[in-house]
Amino acid sequence: MYGVRARAAALRGWGGVGAMAVLCALALAFALLLPRTQAPAGAHTGARAGAAGGTGVAEGRQTRAEKCTDDNAQDLTPAPSGADGAVVDAIKSRTGAKRKLIVGVDQNSYRWGYRNPNSAGAELEGFDIDLAHRIARDVLGDPDAVQFKAIPTSQRISALQEGRVDLVVRTMTINCDRLGQVAFSAPYFRTGQQLLAPRSAAVTGYNAASLDGRRICVASGSTAYAKLKGDLDAGRLPGGTTAVTVPNQLDCLVRLQLGEADVVITDGALAASQAAQDPTLELKGDAFTTEFYGVAMRRGATDLVRRVNRVLADYRDNGWQASYDKWLSATLGEDSGPSKPPAPKYLGAAG
Amino acid sequence: MRGPSESGAVAVGGGGVPEQNRGAVPQTPAREQSHAQTPTHAQTPAQALTRATERAPVPAPGRPLAPAPAPSPTPARRTAFAEGVTRAREAVVTEPGRLRLIGAVLAVLVVAFGAVTAWQAADRAAAADDVLRRSQPLSSGAAGIYRSLADANTTASSGFLAGSQESADSRDRYEKDIRTAASGLVTAAANAEPGSASERTIARLNQLLPEYKGLVERARTYNRQGYPVGGAYLRYANEKMQKEMLPAAEDLYTTENKRLDADYGDATPYPWAAIALGVLTLAGLGWAQRRNYRRTNRVLNRGLVVASSFTVVALLWLVVGHAVARAGLDGSYDHGVRSLKVLHDARIASLKARGNENLSLVSRGAETVTVGGKSYDAYYYDFDKDMDRLGAGLTEAAGLANDSAGAKPVKAAEGDMAVWKQRHSAARDQDENGNFQQALEMVIGDKDATGACFDSVDDNLARAIGHEQAEFQRSAGDGRDAMSGLPVGVAVLAVLGAAGAVVGIGRRLSEYR
Repeated sequence: MYGVRARAAALRGWGGVGAMAVLCALALAFALLLPRTQAPAGAHTGARAGAAGGTGVAEGRQTRAEKCTDDNAQDLTPAPSGADGAVVDAIKSRTGAKRKLIVGVDQNSYRWGYRNPNSAGAELEGFDIDLAHRIARDVLGDPDAVQFKAIPTSQRISALQEGRVDLVVRTMTINCDRLGQVAFSAPYFRTGQQLLAPRSAAVTGYNAASLDGRRICVASGSTAYAKLKGDLDAGRLPGGTTAVTVPNQLDCLVRLQLGEADVVITDGALAASQAAQDPTLELKGDAFTTEFYGVAMRRGATDLVRRVNRVLADYRDNGWQASYDKWLSATLGEDSGPSKPPAPKYLGAAG
Repeated sequence: MRGPSESGAVAVGGGGVPEQNRGAVPQTPAREQSHAQTPTHAQTPAQALTRATERAPVPAPGRPLAPAPAPSPTPARRTAFAEGVTRAREAVVTEPGRLRLIGAVLAVLVVAFGAVTAWQAADRAAAADDVLRRSQPLSSGAAGIYRSLADANTTASSGFLAGSQESADSRDRYEKDIRTAASGLVTAAANAEPGSASERTIARLNQLLPEYKGLVERARTYNRQGYPVGGAYLRYANEKMQKEMLPAAEDLYTTENKRLDADYGDATPYPWAAIALGVLTLAGLGWAQRRNYRRTNRVLNRGLVVASSFTVVALLWLVVGHAVARAGLDGSYDHGVRSLKVLHDARIASLKARGNENLSLVSRGAETVTVGGKSYDAYYYDFDKDMDRLGAGLTEAAGLANDSAGAKPVKAAEGDMAVWKQRHSAARDQDENGNFQQALEMVIGDKDATGACFDSVDDNLARAIGHEQAEFQRSAGDGRDAMSGLPVGVAVLAVLGAAGAVVGIGRRLSEYR
């Protein structure tokens, strides 16, 4: 405990005392909650949990200090670290067949996370799935130690909050709204919202002339949904525009093909996946937002976030391009430049 | 044989020998004549005179009176009705008049009894025929529509889970289900009353079925191309099925069952009106014969005996025929319809359970429900509930089965269900441990998969349903046949009986001419 105290003292003034109090309370709570059979390991884990709690508090102050804006949302993530904390320990302590990282993914996003109906097994595959395997390799030492749970777009946050999944790797945009509910890793992909419509449709981009009288399909709980709803409520789009909401972005392709919707708004990366499944559709206009995908985790799982950030730092140079070439170059183009995430910035420390 | 001094109560029961007391004839007319003359003697001459004068001349001046009441010399304004009453009263006081009246009343009673019996029996026979040939087949047909639709959907989701390895068997099964549902809808449509709720439901289902099939076909095509949008089509098709088609099919089933219950309700109640009239008619005939005996000392009057015996036969035929029909119909309800309902419900529960088992794998644990603070996979949660319903249904069906041929398949289905539960929990363990592929093998694989258990439960339930259907058909057929011929037979008997009564009374009447 002495080391912890020293570290706490290093924090400035009475804040350190506060952190200390929280630390002790956490350690006590942990020790009390642990089953009797695990008593010997209890002290050890308790100390770890205390350490994690301490740093969590310190970062909490810094997060609040740096105000979240649309421009810096992707930069509000803790610096990478390989140190295990309570969350990583809990994952590692799973035994037998349950020793797996539980990852929320999509099984409907062509080349991102989907089940190829023609492959013999029922394995999921795609760009997101590659990343999930990579994280599992780093955390549990086995790339296949992953249990995939398919989650609809609107359930990504609740699945994390309810502890149904450890992390979500599911084309999830980092933004301030969501940062209030979950924690994000550094960005691993850059995209922006775009329109998808039949080639013959007179749609030029996200503007009143193109969207008047159209039925626009968005996935509920997506950033496209938030944007469309915001613009409709504020009257920035013509009154003739209506929204059609579905659970997953791919369901929009179904609605479009059945003539139940006229235009789809989704991330360019996903819109390209939809266009790849139907040659009569095309992306209309340029992306009208800039968004970054991040791996989402439960708030407070700081050790896991740091761990994932470390994986991403390595993955960016070693693996990212190969995965892009394998899955996305066919739909997004040979040049991966526009999709490459920016150099990561972390909270507090410079690197 | 019997002395005239004996009580007239024996008159009807006197045996088959008609008018044994012919020897008494000379003496009775005398008595009767004297009786017939009684009015003149017993009543004051004045009364008799008034009546006599009224009887003959009144009709002539009476008629002009009715249309033009003003010039009438009589102080009371007599209407045609009052006139008729007066005349009837006069008719009653003379014996021939009384006899005429008695004859008319008896004839009307017998005919009315026959008519009411024929009407009530025809009503019940028609309802019994409806039960057998219309409402029960339609109720079964609606259950069949529901089953085929649910089975088609479950098969399609299995096909999706299996990916490109969808077998020819599973494709055939899906196609057969769609065909069965389509032809079931045609039968239901042909029997639906125009403008009824059933007709609208059937029209809606007819419209949704091709839509559903189109979605599944698209899903298949995209699956073959390797595009995940195929899965999205299948989800859309599943949603259409679960949210629109199955509820509509369930509505149809409920409506048809109500109609079946209503037809049973029309076929089984006792025909009290006919029975009461029958008893009243017999009492009237008995009284007339007793009166006859009292006045003439003749124990038997052929016509009245014929009328009485025909009425007795008709009444017995009605009571016995209806009792037999009722027993048959009640039996067909208890051993057929009730069992069939329970079995159909059990079959639907097993289908739903299978559908949920598949969907939990299709959705890969994405959907959850929270019950009592604990979170469950939504489809597994529903699966458990469906299995409980299946178990309860099978137990009830086993209790209702009244012979070994009916009980055997139910017992077999219970065994299959136990194995299914066992295998399912093993597959669920694999799924919850993240071994999706293994779980999939254990659910839709070729060897020792839960799919085989489901198929077996379904087959056994189909066999049990076939058996109960045959039981129903036999009992309900017996019930209906017990009443066939009853309406016509009773009508003929009544006409003959009425004729008998009229002839019998006419015979007595002729003695006054």
